[in-house]
Amino acid sequence: MSEALKLTDLSKSFAVGKRLFGPPKAMVHAVQPLDLTVTTGETLGIVGESGCGKSTLAKMLVGLLPPTTGQIEIEGAVLDNADPARFGKRIQYVFQDPISSLNPRKTIRQIMEVPLRRLHHMDKATRAARIREIFAAVNLREEFLDRYPHEFSGGQAQRIGIARALAAQARILILDEPVSALDVSVQAQVLNLLADLKEAFGLTYLFISHDLAVVEAVSDRIAVLYFGAIVEVGSAREIFANARHPYTALLAASAPEVGRPIVAPETAATELPDPLSPPLGCAFNERCGFATDRCRAEKPALTTDETGRAFACFNPLATTR
Amino acid sequence: MRGFLTLLARNRLALVGLIVIGCVALLALITPLLPLANPNVIDTPNRFQPPFSAGAVLGTDHLGRDLLSRLLWGTRLSLAMGLAAAMIAATIGSAIGIIAGYYGGRTDNVIMRGVDMLMGFPYILLALAIVAALGPGLMNALIAVAAVNVPFFARNIRGITVGIAHKEFVDAARLSGMRNRDIILSEVLPNVLPVIVIAMSTTVGWMILETAGLSFLGLGSQPPQADLGSMLGEARSALITHPHTSIVPGAMILVIVMGINLLGDGVRDALDPRLKSGALSRPMPATTVDRHGPVPTARTDSLLDIVGLRTEFRVRDRVYKAVGGVDLHVEQGECLGIIGESGSGKSVTALSVMGLVASPPGVITGGAVHFDGTDLIGAPYEVLRALRGRRVAYIFQDPLATLHPLYKVGDQLIEAIQTHDPLSKEAARIRAIDLLKSVRIPNAESRIDSYPYEMSGGMRQRVGIAMALANDPDVIIADEPTTALDVTVQAQILSVLSDLRRERGLAIIFITHDFGVVGQLCDRVAVMYAGQIVEEGPTEAVLRNPHHPYTSRLIDCVPTLGGGQRKLAAIPGLPPVVDRLPVGCAFAERCDKADPTCRADAIALMPTGAGRKTRCLFPETKQERIV
Amino acid sequence: MTGYILKRLVSAIPVLLGISVIVFLIMAMIPGDPATAILGSYATPENVEKLNRDLGLDQGLVPRYFIWLGHMVQGDFGRSFALNRPVLDEVLDRFGATLILAGTSFVLCSLLGVAAGVVSAARQYGWADKAITFVVLVGISIPSFFLGMMMILIFAVQLRWFPVSGMWPIYGDRTLWVLLDHLFMPALALAVVATGVIARLARSAMLEVLRQDFIRTARAKGVREGRVIWRHALRAAMVSIIPVLGIQAGFVLSGAVYIEMVFQWPGVGRMLVDAILKRDILLVQGGVVFIAACYVMFNIMVDVAQAMLDPRIKT
Ligand SMILES: Nc1ncnc2c1ncn2[C@@H]1O[C@H](COP(=O)(O)OP(=O)(O)OP(=O)(O)O)[C@@H](O)[C@H]1O
Ligand code: SF4
Ligand code: SF4
Ligand SMILES: [Mg+2]
Repeated sequence: MSEALKLTDLSKSFAVGKRLFGPPKAMVHAVQPLDLTVTTGETLGIVGESGCGKSTLAKMLVGLLPPTTGQIEIEGAVLDNADPARFGKRIQYVFQDPISSLNPRKTIRQIMEVPLRRLHHMDKATRAARIREIFAAVNLREEFLDRYPHEFSGGQAQRIGIARALAAQARILILDEPVSALDVSVQAQVLNLLADLKEAFGLTYLFISHDLAVVEAVSDRIAVLYFGAIVEVGSAREIFANARHPYTALLAASAPEVGRPIVAPETAATELPDPLSPPLGCAFNERCGFATDRCRAEKPALTTDETGRAFACFNPLATTR
Repeated sequence: MRGFLTLLARNRLALVGLIVIGCVALLALITPLLPLANPNVIDTPNRFQPPFSAGAVLGTDHLGRDLLSRLLWGTRLSLAMGLAAAMIAATIGSAIGIIAGYYGGRTDNVIMRGVDMLMGFPYILLALAIVAALGPGLMNALIAVAAVNVPFFARNIRGITVGIAHKEFVDAARLSGMRNRDIILSEVLPNVLPVIVIAMSTTVGWMILETAGLSFLGLGSQPPQADLGSMLGEARSALITHPHTSIVPGAMILVIVMGINLLGDGVRDALDPRLKSGALSRPMPATTVDRHGPVPTARTDSLLDIVGLRTEFRVRDRVYKAVGGVDLHVEQGECLGIIGESGSGKSVTALSVMGLVASPPGVITGGAVHFDGTDLIGAPYEVLRALRGRRVAYIFQDPLATLHPLYKVGDQLIEAIQTHDPLSKEAARIRAIDLLKSVRIPNAESRIDSYPYEMSGGMRQRVGIAMALANDPDVIIADEPTTALDVTVQAQILSVLSDLRRERGLAIIFITHDFGVVGQLCDRVAVMYAGQIVEEGPTEAVLRNPHHPYTSRLIDCVPTLGGGQRKLAAIPGLPPVVDRLPVGCAFAERCDKADPTCRADAIALMPTGAGRKTRCLFPETKQERIV
Repeated sequence: MTGYILKRLVSAIPVLLGISVIVFLIMAMIPGDPATAILGSYATPENVEKLNRDLGLDQGLVPRYFIWLGHMVQGDFGRSFALNRPVLDEVLDRFGATLILAGTSFVLCSLLGVAAGVVSAARQYGWADKAITFVVLVGISIPSFFLGMMMILIFAVQLRWFPVSGMWPIYGDRTLWVLLDHLFMPALALAVVATGVIARLARSAMLEVLRQDFIRTARAKGVREGRVIWRHALRAAMVSIIPVLGIQAGFVLSGAVYIEMVFQWPGVGRMLVDAILKRDILLVQGGVVFIAACYVMFNIMVDVAQAMLDPRIKT
């Protein structure tokens, strides 16, 4: 199987307290150097809590943010967005906030036409025909084309966003929390639509979400992100039921579930560490029940076990099998 | 555009401004065609003629020149100068602002430092310096006034552009293959344009005043040419003896600028989308009540008994029936969950209890809220206020927005305590620390002096809970207190709430859209749809065996952890908009069991088993769920 | 706090330099031979030669700037040829009068404007709101010099309540009371526009704040409405009002030029206008730099006030 996306040593740091001249006051490492591959045709889910670097990662993949280090290969070629008209055909992005991803002063048709004209240089008639096709694929009525974005509900707007991404005819879609702004009943519609489109067009997805159940429902593989680093990668079926990294286990235990009594999964009420003064060693050590002295001194590296599960922990949880 | 014009016309004051300005502008335009005396012909023997004298309707000035003629020619010049200055300043300033805001980084930094420096002058100094260098004169005054206003536009427009340049649609345009220049022209500019128009319409008047001012000082238009400012300036020495020569041009300036300002405000209101929805109105201390007919009596002797509550939003000619007859009751020590999708009326129900629905536009139009023997809906403000926070307390969703950003959390807690309990500051502080400890905030003694922005989301929400507990209330209404938080933090907050409830015997109304949370925390649950309760009953029973088709299908379409990769059972369609509710069952559009009887008439909430009620003609019966 | 003040003071240095560059560049736009232009009708050959020597006018732009700056740092702003005395002396003599006038006006417009805005917002659509809105509209539409003239006409000439003009009577004592008597009309005329602008802004800032969630929280706690408005809401609204107070101070200072003309107030504004009409370039240049520098200092005070109000700034 070929690799749709291959990230090597990819990282991003932001300067805080910029000055006009001279170095900034401090750096925040939003994404720490990471390696990851997405195979063609799969859905890779990425979960993590707010602020863990999910969106930063996604924006780098589509060239909206330049990486600090490392390299991104899309279908074997190094990412190069010098020419937006070529780049847009390779990878596309679906945004979290469906309404604000549509220009309020353009009609849906005007929005849909841009990728067709700029990326594929289609003439007017071809464009109209193509838009009709895409709209049919995402179950939108054609009469919507001459309306403005504010006339749509979140779910409809998100379909339009997906339709625009499809118009570019890229084979890889980065879906950044595509349903978290939607209501549950609409969320299911959009998730199902995404699944259908994937099958119909042979797409590869990178699906980002903070909702474990949603990610599990759509993904083949899942990577868990914590504090800008991947802490565990494994098959969607296994990873939460059988977590090896204590953080993955904590996430799974925190998801509210009917019938399970409430227990605060942490004794000490700690939250994410301060990005301006990151802890030494494992970023999770202040919240981890298994932390040892080594965890406080050394950063664990991502290692793969015999079952193909990768995790970054010195004292992983035992497999239950 | 048409919408803009109607909005503008609806604003009566703006219309007055438009008419005034229209007339003045028309007069100015046709001035050369009017049979007027030459404005510059000196006729000293006839100087200082009073108004209404023969041959000079407005009289003459100190050189015997016809005032009416000078006034009209002067108006023409002043209007033209003001407009020209505004156009120049707006064009240059906006271009600078858009470039700085769009490109950001060092470009922005350098440009804006320069702009800040220009704004570091009281504006007239800059204008005076420019005039001093270039010499007095009309054109130089125009340049000075325009130059002085460029930084204003640049800064204003830059701010807006920064906001737009970070919008997701700009990223989307880039991914659609657009280049920076195209994005600026086709994505950014159309969104900035209304702001430029607003800024212009609100500054044209100002520019007219400024150019007139320079002429008044003798630095603008030079004799004999008349503009309104120079006319005033020349008349000043005769102010006491012949006031009419001053009043005529002065009044004209006032009329013009006032007309422009009225019009400008109208333009702003019509273009500013926030004002369109009427959102910028001040919420009253308590929700307006407009209740007709008899007040429903309490059905039970519950602690809190909501009967037939109706709350609507009146926005212009539309009425949004956000809550359409809700019955709910909570017992001492009980936790009642309210679950429903966005817009189903959960928050409005909760806020109506203590009259906290923003009003205008909210109005409570029916029903009663019986608490401890009083009907809160009809209660006078003072009664309501005395109960707020003392007997019924709230916890809101977004802990950053709900705490005052400029007060220390301790002071906010102390205020909550002292509002209902005349304790000394020291005693209140001790109690505040205890409260913080009770919600398990570590180092409460030092945390009490933190500002909200210094705390994490979870800690802020703990403060929110502590504040609700401050006066040992009987009922706590929690409106999605964990929705804004991460799962691990949510679990902590839920555990705090659940322990407190057990320790203190609190009654809690817990609003959420998460079945998992309801299942873990609540004894009873009410499901809302389109402003009504569609199903109510013991949590376990409802989740295991939902009676209403909506509940059942909603549970189905939420993925739960451990289910693996799968297709979800989505509900087709969208919830109805609450200003156009159907007559019969609101769910009929999306229900696969719907039949004509469902749509015929309103459907009542009927008992369907032990402690259960359902608003459906054909409740689900058979399937038993496995949870 | 002290750290913050120091930081702001240090950051004022580049601003002051920038201002001096801007003024210098504007003055360098003067067409023709600079010395003759500066001296105008006082251009005797000796004067021209002396000026050329003093200001390095025969040199390039950059050295000229540094010569000028060097002089200024030492307190030498040059010499006014029309008045035949050092620029700085003249400016300092006049500045006190302007400060009294503009300072009084500024205090007036801040207090009146904020109070009117708050009342207007709290009584939105009530009669108080409508009345204030109307007065404010007239206030921001009337040219201050015209207003001043009308006030003279009505209150000084017709009613004889206040003196027509000037800061002190030609004969008689210079008591505080006499000063106030002379100050009242010009200060009020000067304050009107700024009051209007501040009132409008305060109203919309208050309306904005009153819709915020934390106001609802305060009400849900049972806090009395008066306290909600004057403490919770006003405090938050001040964050956006204070910067505007800073900007309005600049407008008051600007308006003072007109008011000083109308009321014959012996301040720097009148001095500047006279200097321009007499083409006394060095006096203009010195006066502008001096006032701008004072304004920069004032804005630092505004920033400090803002930082005291908003704990989020002190970083
Ligand atoms: N200020 C307002 N003006 C007009 N309509 C409003 C206003 N506030 C709420 N509504 C309407 O009232 C209805 C119910 O809103 P409500 O906030 O109670 O929903 P909710 O169930 O709490 O939703 P969410 O899950 O998003 O919090 C919605 O249709 C909404 O559009
Ligand atoms: S490395 Fe140590 S601290 Fe980090 S997760 Fe593993 S056991 Fe916990
Ligand atoms: S009343 Fe009819 S339409 Fe409504 S939920 Fe029941 S079966 Fe469906
Ligand atoms: Mg809500």
